Amino acid sequence: MSAILRGRLVWPIVTLVALLVLNVIVEPSFFSIRLQDGHLFGSIIDILRNGAPTVLVALGMTLVIATRGIDLSVGAIVAICGALACSMIAASPHPGSVSTVMLAVGASLVLAIVLGLWNGLLVSVIGIQPIIATLILMTAGRGLAMLITQGQIITVTSAPYKVIGGGYWLSLPASILIAAVMFAITAVLTRKTALGVLIESVGINPQASRLAGVRSRSIIWTVYVFSAVCAGVAGLMISSNVTAADANNAGLWIELDAILAVVIGGTSLMGGRYSLMGTLIGAFIIQTLTTTVYTVGIPPEVTLVFKAIVVIAVCLLQSPAMQARIRNMRRRRALAVKEGVAA
Amino acid sequence: MSQPAPVVDMTGISIAFPGVKALDGVDFRMFPGEVHSLMGENGAGKSTLIKALTGVYPVDTGRILLDGKPLSISSPAQAQAAGISTVYQEVNLLTNLTVAENIMLGREARRGPAIDWKKTRSQAAELLAGLSLDIDPNSLLSSHSLAVQQLVAIARAIGIQAKVLILDEPTSSLDTDEVAELFRIIRRLKQSGVAILFVSHFLEQVYEISDRLTVLRNGQLVGEYLTDEILRIELVHKMIGKEVEVLDDLERKTRTTADATDEEVPFVEAIGLGRKGSLAPIDLSVYEGEVVGLAGLLGSGRTELARLLSGADHADAGELRIAGKASRLRTPRSALRRRIAYSSENRRAEGIVDDLSVRDNIVLALQADRGWFRRIPKKRQDELATSYIKALNIRPANPDALVRNLSGGNQQKVLLARWLAVAPHLLILDEPTRGIDVGAKAEIQKLVIELAENGMSVLFISAELEEVLRLSHRIVVMRDREKVADIENDDVTLGQVMSLIASGTEA
Repeated sequence: MSAILRGRLVWPIVTLVALLVLNVIVEPSFFSIRLQDGHLFGSIIDILRNGAPTVLVALGMTLVIATRGIDLSVGAIVAICGALACSMIAASPHPGSVSTVMLAVGASLVLAIVLGLWNGLLVSVIGIQPIIATLILMTAGRGLAMLITQGQIITVTSAPYKVIGGGYWLSLPASILIAAVMFAITAVLTRKTALGVLIESVGINPQASRLAGVRSRSIIWTVYVFSAVCAGVAGLMISSNVTAADANNAGLWIELDAILAVVIGGTSLMGGRYSLMGTLIGAFIIQTLTTTVYTVGIPPEVTLVFKAIVVIAVCLLQSPAMQARIRNMRRRRALAVKEGVAA
Repeated sequence: MSQPAPVVDMTGISIAFPGVKALDGVDFRMFPGEVHSLMGENGAGKSTLIKALTGVYPVDTGRILLDGKPLSISSPAQAQAAGISTVYQEVNLLTNLTVAENIMLGREARRGPAIDWKKTRSQAAELLAGLSLDIDPNSLLSSHSLAVQQLVAIARAIGIQAKVLILDEPTSSLDTDEVAELFRIIRRLKQSGVAILFVSHFLEQVYEISDRLTVLRNGQLVGEYLTDEILRIELVHKMIGKEVEVLDDLERKTRTTADATDEEVPFVEAIGLGRKGSLAPIDLSVYEGEVVGLAGLLGSGRTELARLLSGADHADAGELRIAGKASRLRTPRSALRRRIAYSSENRRAEGIVDDLSVRDNIVLALQADRGWFRRIPKKRQDELATSYIKALNIRPANPDALVRNLSGGNQQKVLLARWLAVAPHLLILDEPTRGIDVGAKAEIQKLVIELAENGMSVLFISAELEEVLRLSHRIVVMRDREKVADIENDDVTLGQVMSLIASGTEA
C-alpha cells in the first residue's frame, strides 16, 4: 500500500521541490535560517508558519472528503472562533491573564464542536447533501461572527493569546508546533485505530458498509466535528497572529485552499482512499506558491493566474488519463529499445 | 468445412494488474457467423480478455487483428465504432431514461443540430419489433424487470451495426422463455454473419448455442475446441483442471444431517413478519444447523425476506424471535450483533468495498463490530486474511490486492470470508453462486454444507433450483411476495418445486 501511496505522491512532491528550487535560483538565501533572540527566522519558516492554518483546515477537510463529503463552512468557523475568543478576552478585566485566555480558547473550541455537530446532523441524520448542508453555515456563519463582534474588528492585547499564532517554543513558531501536533494526532488516530479504514469504507461504498455493520452515521458525524475543531484552532491561530478578530475577512476562502490542498494531495473528491501526507504536501505547495509569487516578483495582478496554472499542471499530471499516457509512452520506449536489440 | 478468415484474431495477449497476472499469452479467434463460447472458472481471465477486445484495458503485449487489420483502440466507444459491441453481465443502462432513449443513446436520429425524437423513437420501436420484443419504447427503463432490461441492452447492442457481438453472461437473470427468445435472436444474427462471443456458466446453454469453445484457466489458454467434438465432462475437466467428483459427494452428506427439529427452539422465528409493499406477512423458522432453501423467481419476495431478517429493511408487521427472544432489528449492525449475517445478491453495489484490499474487506464486518477504536491487531488481520484466502481458495492469494482487481467469483469468496469472520449463527446467502463457474460453485456449496454440519444455520437463496434442492434440508417457496410452501426436502423433485413456483401448488 505504501508503494501505491508513494506512487500517488510523486507529482505533488516533484511540484513542491520544483517550486522550492525556483525560489533558491531567484533568491539564493532562500533556505538560510538564522537564529535571532532564540527564535528561528527564514523563508522556509515563514512558509511553514503561514501555512499552518491551511494545513489544519485541510487536515479536517481530508477526512470529510474521504467520506464523500465536503465542508464549505470551515472559513466561517475560523471567523466565528476567532471572534468569540477575541471578544471574550477583550471583554475580560484581565486580558493578559493566562486563565482568561484558557477560558476563551476553551469556549471557542466548544463552540467549534457545536458547529461541527450541526453540520454532521444535517449531513448524516437529516441526509442533506454535504455541499448544501455546509453552505448553510458558510453563509450564516459570517453573520454569526458579526453578531459576536457586533460588526467591529476587535483588537486584543494579550500576551498569552499572542503565543498561539505569533509565539515561539523551542525556538520554533508555536503555530507550526500546534499544526504538527494536530497532524500527528490525526495520523495516529486514523491509522493506529480502525477509524481510517472505516472512513474509507464509508466513502467508497456506503451501502456495503452499512450491511457490514459499520456505523456510518457516527463516523460521518465525527469527521464533520473534527473538521470544525481543526477550523476552530486555525481561527484562533489566525486571530492571535494579527491580535484581532475580523468577522469579514478572517479565513476568507480558506475552504477553497483546503479543498485544493486535499485534491493536489491525491485524495479523490469522490471519497474513499485518502492521504494525509498528500494533503500536507498539497497545503505546502499552495503556501510556497504564495511566497514564490513574491520572491519571483510576479506582479500581484496576475498572482491568481500563476497559482491556477500550477494547480492545473499538478491536477493534470495526476489525472488517470495523463497517467495512462505516461505509462504508454514508457512502455513504447521500452519496446522500441527491446526490438532495437533484437534487430 | 472450409474455414473463412477469422474476423477477430488475438495472439499472445498478456495483461497484468498490480499483484495479478490476469492474462498470459492468450490466443483467441472468432469467425463470422459463428457463436464462440469463452469458458473458464472465475479468475480464468474471461472478463479481462473481453475487456481487452473492447478497449477497456490496454494490452501489455500481444496483437489484435480485426478483419486482418491491426486493431488499435483505447476505449469502448472506439471498439463500437469498429464494429465490436458488448452486453455486459451487469446491465449498463440508464434506468432513469426511457427504453427508446437507452437503445438509441449516442446515435439518436438528427435533424440539423437537434435530435429528431420522433424518428429516434420510431427507430427504437422498429428495432424492438424486429426482435419481436413487446416493450413500450416510451416507458421508463426502471419500470421493467432486470430480465427485460437485459433484453433492451441486447437490442441496443444489436442496433449498433456490429460485426462482433459480445454477450457476457446474458442469461444469468433470464428465465427459460427469455433464454429461448435470446437464442432465437442469436441464431438469426449468426445467419447474417455476425461473430458472437458468448459467455455463460450454464453448460447446457453453451452446448445448445455455440459452435466453438475456448477454455481459459488461470489467465492461460487451455485450448480451442469445436463444441461437437468435446464431451461435457472433458470440458469441465479442462476448465477446473482437477477431478470433478465434488458435486456427487455433496448429495450423500446433506441428506443424513437433517435432524428431527420438533422440540427445539428455532434460532430464528418470524411470525407474520412483513413489510407493506414488499412482503406479505410470513411465518418462517430456521433451526440450528439447518439449511433452508428459499426458492422463487426474481421479485418473488425472496430477497425482501432476507432483507427483513437481516435488518437491512425494517419490518412493519409481525414479530421476529431470535433464539426465542423477541427482537427488533433496526439496522444490519443490530442483526450482526445477534449473529445474523446477510450476503447481498448485489455484490458490487452492496457487497465489496472495491478500493480496499482483500484483507480490509475480509475483516470489515468484524472490525465494524468491535468499533473503530479497538483496531484488530495487524497480525491478527493477516492471520484471518491468509487463513480465509487458503480455506476458500481466493485468487490471487495476496491479502494486499485491491478487491476491484479480483474476478467476480473471487470477490464473492472475499465476501463469504467477511461474513464467516464474524462467526454468524445464521448466514443468509442471497445468490452466492450467481455468475460463478462450476468449480467455485462446488466450493461454495461444499462450504455451506460444512458450515451447517458445524451448527450454523443457513438461509440459501438461489435462482438455480438444482442447487437449492441439493443443499437444503427444507425448502421454502415464494411466489408473488408470499410464502406458498414450506416443505421438508426428502424426495422433493425439481418438478414439484417448479410447479409450486409457477402455480403455488404441487402438481
